[in-house]
Order: sequence, then C-alpha cells, then structure tokens
Amino acid sequence: MDLSTTYLGLKLKNPLVPSASPLSQKVDAVRAMEDAGAAAVVMYSVFEEQIRHEQHELDHYLERDVGNSAEAMSYFPDLGNYKIGPEEYLEHIRKLKAAVKIPVIASLNGVTVGGWADYAAKMAEAGADAIELNIYYLPTNTKLSGAEVEQRYLDVLKAVRKAVKVPVAVKLGPYFSSLANMATRLVEAGANGLVLFNRFYQPDIDLEKKEVTPNVILSTSASNRLPMRWIAILHGKLKASLAASSGVHTAEDVAKLIAVGADVTMMTSALLKHGIWHLATVREGFERWLEQHEYKSVQELRGSMSQKSVADPSTFERANYMKALASFG
Amino acid sequence: MGSRKVTIDGNTAAAQVAYRCSEVIAIYPITPSSGMGEMSDEWAAQGLRNAFGTVPNVVEMQSEAGAAAAVHGAVTTGAMSCTFTASQGLLLMIPTMFKIAGELTPVVFHVSARTVATHALSIFGDHSDIMAVRSTGFGLLAAGGIQEVLDMAVVAHAATLDSRIPFVHFFDGFRTSHEILKVDDLPDEVIRKMLNEEAVLAHRARGMSPDHPVLRGTSQNPDVFFQIRETINPYYTACPGIVQKAMDRLGELTGRHYHLFDYLGPKDAERVVVMMGSAADAAEEALAKLNGQGEKVGLVKVRLYRPFSVADFVAALPTTTKAIAVLDRTKEPGAAGEPMYQDVCTAIGEAMAEGKTPFRAMPRIIGGRYGLSSKEFTPAMIKAVYDELSKSTPKNHFTVGIEDDVTHTSLKVDATWEAESPRCVRCLFYGLGSDGTVGANKNSIKIIGEETDNHAQGYFVYDSKKAGAVTVSHLRFGPDPIKSTYLVNRANFIACHQWSFLERYDMLGAAVKGAVFLVNSPYGKDEVWDQLPQEVQKDIIDKQIKLWVIDAPTIAKATGMGTRINTIMQTCFFAISGILPRDEAIAQIKKAIKKTYGGRGEEVVKKNYQAVDSTLDGLFEVKVPASVTSKLKRPPLVPAQAPEFVKTTLATIIAGNGDSLPVSAFPKDGTFATGTTQWEKRNIALEIPVLDPETCIQCGKCVLVCPHAAIRQKVVDPAQLKSAPPTLKMVDFKGKEFAGMKYILQVAPEDCTGCGLCVDFCPAKNKKEAGLKAINMRPQMPLREAERTNYEFFLSLPEVDRLAVKQDTVKGVSFLQPLFEYSGACAGCGETPYVKLLTQLFGDRAVIGNATGCSSIYGGNLPTTPYTFNKEGRGVAWSNSLFEDAAEFSLGFRLTIDKFAVQAQELVKKLEGQLGDELCKALLEADQRDEAGIFAQRERVETLKQKLKKVDSSEGRMLMSLADYLVRKSVWALGGDGWAYDIGYGGLDHVLASGRNINLLVLDTEVYSNTGGQMSKSTPRGAVAKFAAAGKPVAKKDLALLAMTYGSVYVARVAMGANDLHTVKAFTEAEAWDGPSLIVAYSHCIAHGIDMARGMQQQKAAVETGYWPLMRYNPAKPEAPYSLDSKAPKMPFVDYAYNETRYKMLSKSDPARAKKLLEEAQRDVATRWGIYEALTNVNFTQKPETH
Repeated sequence: MDLSTTYLGLKLKNPLVPSASPLSQKVDAVRAMEDAGAAAVVMYSVFEEQIRHEQHELDHYLERDVGNSAEAMSYFPDLGNYKIGPEEYLEHIRKLKAAVKIPVIASLNGVTVGGWADYAAKMAEAGADAIELNIYYLPTNTKLSGAEVEQRYLDVLKAVRKAVKVPVAVKLGPYFSSLANMATRLVEAGANGLVLFNRFYQPDIDLEKKEVTPNVILSTSASNRLPMRWIAILHGKLKASLAASSGVHTAEDVAKLIAVGADVTMMTSALLKHGIWHLATVREGFERWLEQHEYKSVQELRGSMSQKSVADPSTFERANYMKALASFG
Repeated sequence: MGSRKVTIDGNTAAAQVAYRCSEVIAIYPITPSSGMGEMSDEWAAQGLRNAFGTVPNVVEMQSEAGAAAAVHGAVTTGAMSCTFTASQGLLLMIPTMFKIAGELTPVVFHVSARTVATHALSIFGDHSDIMAVRSTGFGLLAAGGIQEVLDMAVVAHAATLDSRIPFVHFFDGFRTSHEILKVDDLPDEVIRKMLNEEAVLAHRARGMSPDHPVLRGTSQNPDVFFQIRETINPYYTACPGIVQKAMDRLGELTGRHYHLFDYLGPKDAERVVVMMGSAADAAEEALAKLNGQGEKVGLVKVRLYRPFSVADFVAALPTTTKAIAVLDRTKEPGAAGEPMYQDVCTAIGEAMAEGKTPFRAMPRIIGGRYGLSSKEFTPAMIKAVYDELSKSTPKNHFTVGIEDDVTHTSLKVDATWEAESPRCVRCLFYGLGSDGTVGANKNSIKIIGEETDNHAQGYFVYDSKKAGAVTVSHLRFGPDPIKSTYLVNRANFIACHQWSFLERYDMLGAAVKGAVFLVNSPYGKDEVWDQLPQEVQKDIIDKQIKLWVIDAPTIAKATGMGTRINTIMQTCFFAISGILPRDEAIAQIKKAIKKTYGGRGEEVVKKNYQAVDSTLDGLFEVKVPASVTSKLKRPPLVPAQAPEFVKTTLATIIAGNGDSLPVSAFPKDGTFATGTTQWEKRNIALEIPVLDPETCIQCGKCVLVCPHAAIRQKVVDPAQLKSAPPTLKMVDFKGKEFAGMKYILQVAPEDCTGCGLCVDFCPAKNKKEAGLKAINMRPQMPLREAERTNYEFFLSLPEVDRLAVKQDTVKGVSFLQPLFEYSGACAGCGETPYVKLLTQLFGDRAVIGNATGCSSIYGGNLPTTPYTFNKEGRGVAWSNSLFEDAAEFSLGFRLTIDKFAVQAQELVKKLEGQLGDELCKALLEADQRDEAGIFAQRERVETLKQKLKKVDSSEGRMLMSLADYLVRKSVWALGGDGWAYDIGYGGLDHVLASGRNINLLVLDTEVYSNTGGQMSKSTPRGAVAKFAAAGKPVAKKDLALLAMTYGSVYVARVAMGANDLHTVKAFTEAEAWDGPSLIVAYSHCIAHGIDMARGMQQQKAAVETGYWPLMRYNPAKPEAPYSLDSKAPKMPFVDYAYNETRYKMLSKSDPARAKKLLEEAQRDVATRWGIYEALTNVNFTQKPETH
C-alpha cells in the first residue's frame, strides 16, 4: 500500500502528522511519534505575545526596585544575557532534528509584522523543514474592518515568506467572510499550504467564583465537519497543500478528510486522550481501510469526494444546510 | 599603563582588585559593603578568572564571624584570601582578627567603613568600626577617593604578602563605596606585577598540610606567652617600609605616587590638618583656595594608620609647623581624645623628646570630630578648622559640621564659603526610587565620564522609606579632577522628576543664578506656571532660572515604559545641558540602553529607544513671567495639632533639613516617643481602595492584609454618627454581636501606598459587574480631601470593645486597633500584616526585641516610627539591638519581666496587711489567660496603686514601681530569615531551649531582603538570589521542623494569604503557650520578583503546591500536639515557582540547570510533605515502655 503523500513539497511516508501541541516539548515524545508512524511533526507554537511578555516581565521585575534604597542597589544578581524569545525554541528544533528523521515543522504564532520574519529565518536556520504560521487573531476592536484584518494576515505572511526559503503553511480559523477568497489570497501571497482549521480556544466562566476559566476541551470526530467541508470546497482550486486539522481521531476520520482532498491530516486531541501510540492504531486502521476498499494508494483516494468530484457539488454549499434541515423531517 | 578611564564606584574598585588577588573569598552581606560580595559572586558564577588565571572560590557564610573564620582557615592552609565587611560585621570578626594577626598570616579585609551602632543604628559612614579593630594587630590602610580605593586595595594585597601582616583596607562607607567617579583603570598586568610571586609561594608553603604537618593554635602559659607575643615585633617594624615599597612599585607601574603620610601644601605652612579618608579630598579643595589667597596651611593625608610609623609621620610635617588639628571621623567617649589625635600627640611627644621633629618648638595640637554617620564635610568646615588653628587658644576636642549647643564643642562654619572649581557643572535630580532616576543618572555619569574628556562624579542619596522612597542624585562634571566629596549644594541644573515634590521640597534653594530647572509636569508649557507654588515661582524669578517642562509619564505610557521615566528624563538632561551634541548624546544614551538592557531582549531595548526618540518633541522651555502669580503655597509638612517635638524636630528632618538641627533638639539616649508616623502624611498612593457597601460582606480580610494599617473597620452606635461627614459610608452591621450598630470601613487616603493587596484579597465580587469587588482602586487625588475628613472622623470614633469582638475570627481581629501603622515598608509588603496582627492582638502589653533588617528599618528608622499606643497610653515597647541577638535580647526582657512579676508578688504578700487580703489574693491568683482576665487584673492593679499611694515605706514605693508587672506581658523577638536561619540561629535555638515564655516571629522572605536579596539558609533550591547567582543548589532549612524536635516549643508555620484564620489562631496559641513559641511566617517580598498586589495569592499557591505546608505543634495539647493544617499538594511546584522572577530568571539564563534544580525542588516539596504527613501518624502520647 502506498501511503505516501506530499505536503508543502515535503515527501511524507503517510498523511499522519501530529499538530502543534505541548507534546512536542519533549524530545522523547517526538521520538515516540516517529516510532508510532508519524510522517512529520508540527512543533508546539512559539507565541509572539509570550516572547514580548517575557521580555517586558523580566525587565520589569529586574528593574522595578533598582535604586530604591540605600541598602539595596537592586534585588537580583545581574545574570547578563537571558535566553528570552526564540533561543530556547531554536535549541529545541536542533535537538528534534538530531533525534528524529521525519520532517520537523516549526510553528510560529503571531499577529503582527514586527520582528517575526527574523524569528522565522532563525527557525529555518536551526533546521526547521517548514514553518507553520499560526495566525491567532481575535479582532475585538470595533473600528477594525474585515478588510483590515485580512490585510494583516497577508502582511504577516508576506514578511515571513520573504524571510525564509523553506515552505510556509498558514494555519487559520474559519471565521472569514469569504474564506475561499482569503485562502486564495494567502496562496497568492506565498503560502505553500493551508492548515484548516485552528480550533480557537474558547474560555468558560465559573459562576461561583465569578471568574473566566481557561480550560481546553479536546476535539471529537464531530469537529472535523468544518475542515471537511472547506477542504472539499478548496481542493483543486489552490496551488497549495491542504492539511486537515481538528477532529482527527480515527482511521475513518483520516479517510474522510483525505477523500475530500486533504494532503495530510493532523491530530492532537486523540493523542492527548489515548496516548501517542494511538497514532499507530490510526495508521494501521487507515491502511486496512484502504485495503478493504481496494485503494492502492492515498493518492487514489485524495479528493475523490471533493466538491468537484461528488455527484452534487451543491451539497457542500447552502443546499447542504437545506438537506440537513430536511432530514429532520 | 593604567590610562584607560573607567567610571566606577568604590565598592566596584575594591572588589575588582580583591577578586583578582584572591583564591578564596568568604562573604556576608552588610551595608554598605554588600556590593563587593555581590560582584565577586556574580563574577565567579560567570567564570571570571583572577590574576593567577583561576576562578576564586566564593562562599557565603552565616555571619561575618563565619566569614572571618572561613578566611582564617583559607589563609592558614595557604590560599590568598579576602573578605568584605563594615561596621558590626567588622566587630564580629574581631576575635578572628586577633588570631590571624597573631599568626602572621597575610589576608586583606576590604572595609567600607561604617558607623558602629550605639544609641542608634546607622548604615552610613565613619571610622568607628575601623577604630574598634586598632588593637587586633591588623594593618589599617586608608583610601580616600575611588582611585585610591583601586590603588590602596592592590597595595594592601601586595604588602600583606610581603610583610605577613594582615590588612584592613578601608574607605568611607557610602561617600566612597557608593560614589561613582571617573578614574584610571588598574589593569591585570599591574596587579600581577604588584603581587610578589615569591611571597605568594612562601605563604603557600607556610600553609598547613598533612604533607608537612605542623601545629598552630596552642595554648600557652604565663611562662612563655609574653615572650612569644613579642616575637612578632620585627614584622611590625618592617611593615611600614614594605607598604611604602609597594606604593613605590605602584607608582612606577602607574605614575600615581603615594606615601604613608602624604603632605599637601606649601613647605612653610604653619597650620596643618591631619586626617584620613574621603574628607581629605574636600580638605584639599579648601587648602588650594586658602593657599591661593596667601594663607600658609597644610594637610597630611594619613594612608597607613597601623602600624603607625612615628618617623614617617613627623617627617611629613613642614619644619614651620606651629599648630596641628587632627580630625577623627569617630567618637571615643571617655577617652583623653579621639584615637588619631592621641596617636599624633604621642608621635610628636616622642619625637620631640628624642629631638627627631623637623621643628624645634612643640606645636599646638588639637583634635576634633567630624563626619559621623556620613555627616557632610565641606571645604567651609575645613576652613573653620584652619581658622580655629589661628586662634591663640583654639578649642580642643571640638566638633565640626554640627551645632553643639549643649557642650559647645562645635566650630562656627561660614556656609557661604566655597572652594569648588567654577568650571564644574553641578546637577541635582529629585526622583522616586521606583521611577528609575538613580539608574539613569548612573548611566549618564558613565556616558559623560567615558565618552567625553570631562571628569565626572555621581552620588546618590536615598530617604529611609521603602515605599515611595525619594532619591536625590548629585552629579558633577567638568574639565578638572573632582575632589568634592560632599553633596552638591549649589547647582546649575536641577531636575524634579515628580510633580508632587514641588509642594514638599525646597529644590531651588540650591540653584545658582541662571540655573536650569527641569520639571516633569502634567501641565504644558503654557499652563504650568500657575500650578507652581509661590515659593517656587519666587525662586525662579529671583534667580533668573530657566524653566523646562516635559510630560514624561505620558511618553512613558505611550512607549510601554510604564512608570519608569528614567530614559525620558535622561534624554531631557542631555538635550538641555548640551554636554554632548544632541545627536551624539542620543546615540550614547542608546548605546547605554543597549548595554544595560540588551541582555533582556530586543523588545526591552526597543521600548527604551522609542522613549528616547519621543522625548524631544515633548520638551519645552517655559516663558517665565515677571511676577509671582500663583495662589498655591507649600503646605506645612505636619499638622498644627502634632506634638511639639514632631512639629519642630521631626518635621525638620522630614523636610530634609535635619542637618540644621542642634544637639539640644534630641533625646540623649536614643529613646523616642512612639506613634509618630501618623504625623507624616506622605500621599504616595496614586490609587486608593474605595468601598462599595452594597457588595461588602464585612469579612475584615482587607483590614487584616493591609501592610500599612491604612484600611480599618469599626462598628459604631448610630447616635455617634450624627456629625459624620457627608461622604462617610456606613451600613448596618451584618451579624448578631453588634446588631443595630453601623459598620464603617474606612481608608486612610494619605497613608495608603496604593499597593492593591486589599482589593486582590477581597473575596466579595459585585453581582452586576464581576470585575468589581467590594473595594476597588480609584485615583487618590480627587478623593483625598473628602476621605481625609472621613478618616479623621473615623479615628475620632471610639474603638470597638476588645472584649466584645470574637478574637478568634478574622472579622473580629480586624476590629482591634492596630498599634503598628503607616510604616515605611514596601507597598504590598508581606511582613507587615503579621507585625500589625501581633500588635492588634497583644500590642497593649507587648515588648518587642527586633533583629536588624527590614523589620527594624520600617520599625524604627527616623524621622517617624510606626509603633504606637492606644487611648490608655498603652502600646508596643520596641527596641533593636543587633542583627544577631534579637532572641537573646528579647529573652532578657522576659527575664526582667518575670523577675519583676515575682518581686511584685512577693511585695504584695508582704504588704497584705496594709493592702487588704481580698485584693492581694485576687492579684496573686488572677487568671490572665484571656483578655478578660487581663482587663480584670489591670483594674486590680489600679486599685493597688491607689492604695499604695497611702503606703509610705520603701516596700510600698518598690511595689508601686513594679505593680504593672502583675499584669501579664507579651514578649516577642522579631526578625527575618537572615536572623533566624543564619546569623542569629545559635541564639534563637538557645532561646527555644530555654523553656521561657517568649515568642519568636520569623518574617520569612527567604532572602536577606533589607540588603538587597542575598541568599539565606531559608532560600529555596532553584531560586536565584544574590550570592546564589547560579541558583541555590541545596534545599532550604526547615526551621519549624527543627524547633518541633524539642517537644516543648510551640511551633507554627503560617501563610496569611493561604489561610488567614490559621494565622490568627497560631498567633493566639503561641502567645498563650507558657513557654517558647516560634512562628515561621511566609512573607512575600519584592525580592521574589512578583506583582506585590498579588502577594497573598502567591502565598496561597505556595501552600497549594505543598511547598509551604501549614502546621502547628502545640505542647499545650499533649494528647495531640501536632496538626497538619493544609491539604495535600494539588498543583505542581512549578505553577507556584514560575510566577516568581527569582526562579524564572534562571530558566532564561541557564535553562538546563534551572530544569535540574526545579526537578530537585519538586522532590524537596514531595519529601517535605511526606514528612509532615507522616507526623500525623505519630503517637505523641506514647508512654515509654518499662520492663
């Protein structure tokens, strides 16, 4: 069975890729992913705000009480240079590259043009095979138009694209007025692939404590409906790879997402829930499924149920909704 | 060689040499020497090598006695070694110093000379510590300015090796240790050439080793001790010559020539002053001017004070000498004269007798004291001394620099006389400790010193508060070398970095005509004039001052700088002063920013750059009108109703004019009235808590955690509220005990520091807006007037009946009057809520012995002090003796109190017939375990006193003086972990074992907070601290567990933020236990690098991670003395630790080590929890088995 696929121009042995998560903070865990059959790994994200915040925070506390008292010129020793920002991350890229043979995709999570291009370049230098640009931006400014938001995405991408030669993927959310258009413009701006979708963290509140409580809810297979639809729609329309992310838990999920046109499927929740070895189970299950359904390769399955390939393309559009309503009747 | 210029302070200079000359360095923090140890530790952590190519072993000890002993051991085994200290630290080293010198062992102690505590502690500089070690046999080598510190430091290290005499190399604390000056660097090759390799090898060869065993430290008897003591004489005889040779060698290598006694002035001078230390530089300035005016005056700078070379001294004097004044920076009460005066008298007397003086007639010799505790010493004062020498009967044993109107020792000084170079530009900057003014000025002086041809000097003055501390930076620069070792008192440039200072300080008093005044102003160039107080306007007009304004906070906010306006004000200074072309100045500022902050990341550099770039557009010169137009006047510093002593003496100190107060203004024995902080309204809070009565649940938690007793609650009879101010908030009391009464929660708007701890700890959230609580921070300015009136009214209302409140609840305790208020502790301090709680519960019968440290500084630093008294006049009696002895000192209190109580009881029995059986029985059998019992006994004592008035006998009078001791007193020893875990541990342990009723409260911040965050044995593994720059590699000591092993000690480990009720219970139980009690109280601290407003949350996290288990061991409950009072860890240690910079910074500087230490620290937590949990299964009632 030929499970191989191509993602961002990278030849992968299969379409299973663990997506960005804290799991990749440990070298041993990434090695386990490789052993379980992962074809590549997307590293945990380095956050723009985190880097900025860490610098300002450290500066604030080291500087806060300097020169405040005759007896205490300061309250901390001067440790000189701090490894703040991407240095630690870059070191981790190097370690992963040394530890595993599969491609390592670095993930950069930022929302401003700033110095991000430089960080991307450093990641590539450190050995990252590709950069996943995770644009996690929640526009809360009531004066900011949709067009301006979109432009910001494009600007960030262009800056990064300009800075590196390795492939760049953009991981984005589904909340655009015209997602298909946005996807097209991102590809035109240099994206080698799109990762659909970012599962935005949704905070909860605690009614007793009257507090906002951050807690992550893991996805289920039901979550893959959204990427499934959009990959089906976009397949064949863009000169870029498509990665399905969200709700990839079972071999069937993988099969479905490949069938609508994904080049790779990305998973995290399933691995967090069942352990890294679950990836091997999914891979084996997927291979079995292909055999049972007499596919010779992933290539053969890919896009077989995309919008342009299905009998009634409108089922992926508004009619899909109508049909869903009708089915209740 | 040596031509490279560096701009450094005295501590840096000494440490640079000491480090390069040493193989073993033992350190311990003490102001003002701590910096030398800190630098040595940092350099060693960075792997910096010494002059012999190796990294010295730097080790922190538990006390200066320990440091001296470690150094003694190091030199005994052949290492080149040194230590750093000052004041009490040097005194603790004395026993070892006698040993080291007696054994002829080379070593150098670098000492930033500091006042020895007498009637009071002082962190500032004089030679009283140096003079206390004269008899140890150490050589004493004095340095004046920073250049001399570099030079004398290396001379000391060279001479000690060559002479085998150990040396104290000293320089003036603060004036030299903390002054920044442009000097010639001392390169490695000079240091290497100064140290005689043969002497190094000889020293090493003498080092004890089992490979060539010898024995030292014998005990000797009357037959031989004396003779053997005299064997060392040749070494002392040779020593001055060896020191001179080392000075000569330095002269050859650097071109800087020194002598044991350096004479300055004309050869035919008749009047000569002899002195040592930094003030000799100021004297040199005066000398130049006086001799320029045709006078014939000379100055002898003493460098090698011990061994004192009589021959070299007299040889230094001009043949024409007729009168000599010896200036001692110390006081030796009861002596025939101060030490150096006596040395000079002896030297000249001896030389005269032997005919070895360069002059025939015996000169007149007088001695005087100056400069105690860094008292200013100016050229005008030295002129007064020379003038005195001109008199036919000059005053001997005089003082200069103060007005002594009691014993009339002081010389009159013409303060208008100055000797400073007119080419020197002098600048004053008034800032807040928290706004970065000092740091920016340090950078500025370095820029001027290192990037221009100018000479440059910086000196920094701090007030004694920790919250809202005011700093004044004194900068000088100009083409001539700067010898002005005194404050800037005539300034060309004055900057006011905080608008509020205009109504508090006379900043323009020092302005010269045409000076520049830069004001950080919220008002623009067109509005600012009318906002200035009249006094300021008048000075500006009269002195033709050029006024500039900048709105720095707005720029700081816009560029992400927060409250730090340093970069902005620094840019203004360079822009206006024109010392460098603007573009170049900006480039240099940016270079300094990059150097200072570059290691913290590009973002930090970027925001500073942006602040610099945004500054010039907001800097404006103000067109000064011709007349005073302001309606504002500077308000009085203390209110009219304050006691006389406060209005006269203390208010003068508050205004910054303490120097002007005469001797008669003060108490003679260091005894001060309490309750004086209430008169010093500092108004430092930008925001204060404002009550929402609808949301408030009246829990009293805000009152409990307030570090400054600036938010208080009362319940009041509605009838008493008829004249309440209109904005006073009052609601019905919720609860049964005061049903029908009104509840008032009131902020002290002018005493609050705005820390926000109360709001963060408030558990009540607004139902309609969850972001709001029952109290919320709001800007102070618009509320100040109304809340001041409200607070005054609140204070006038009666205190809540102590017997009516439930003292075993947080709510109840919060109704008790705090007898510790408005201290100068940091905003959000984690220690003071415990101190305040102590005074609420027991303050009216407490006596406290306080170890030196933060708690003694905020507890007892002038001008005003926070311990206070209630309306009956009862309150805390407080004293600070030393750092190391608080437990023993306090035990002394207990011994007296117990003795007095017993004596009183004995006398009551004796006088039973005259006093009445019933009263006496009641007095002797009173149950005083609770407050009601104590109140009842107080009433009986009052009756007793009335009756005693009629008993006219010695016994009656004796009993009258002891009657109050029939009421139970509460004895407390207070201090930090530096005291309890390190320097005072031996004493603390002994007191715990004493069985006496004494309570020890350890305010555990896990570092030496007061001296700037040095490691103690309480510092946890993995945390970075000074002296543990690479992260502490071993776990903290468990003091509570150790104390528990006695079985007879009440022990509690508390954290108010985690369980406030537990804290209250622990204090009550500890006090009730008739034996020793130890409370170890988790105290969050600025040295942890946390948001202080969230300090209590961090305490909670410490408990919830299992890092700080809450426990009590109460011997009063023998059946079940132990209780583990917190739950099993529910989150990992890292979730607590990485909220704190002290842990986190290591993860950024050395991630691998941080990870390792963090894992180990997590294991420490698990182990500790395991032990505490296991103890719950111990059967403490088990009887010994008998067979």
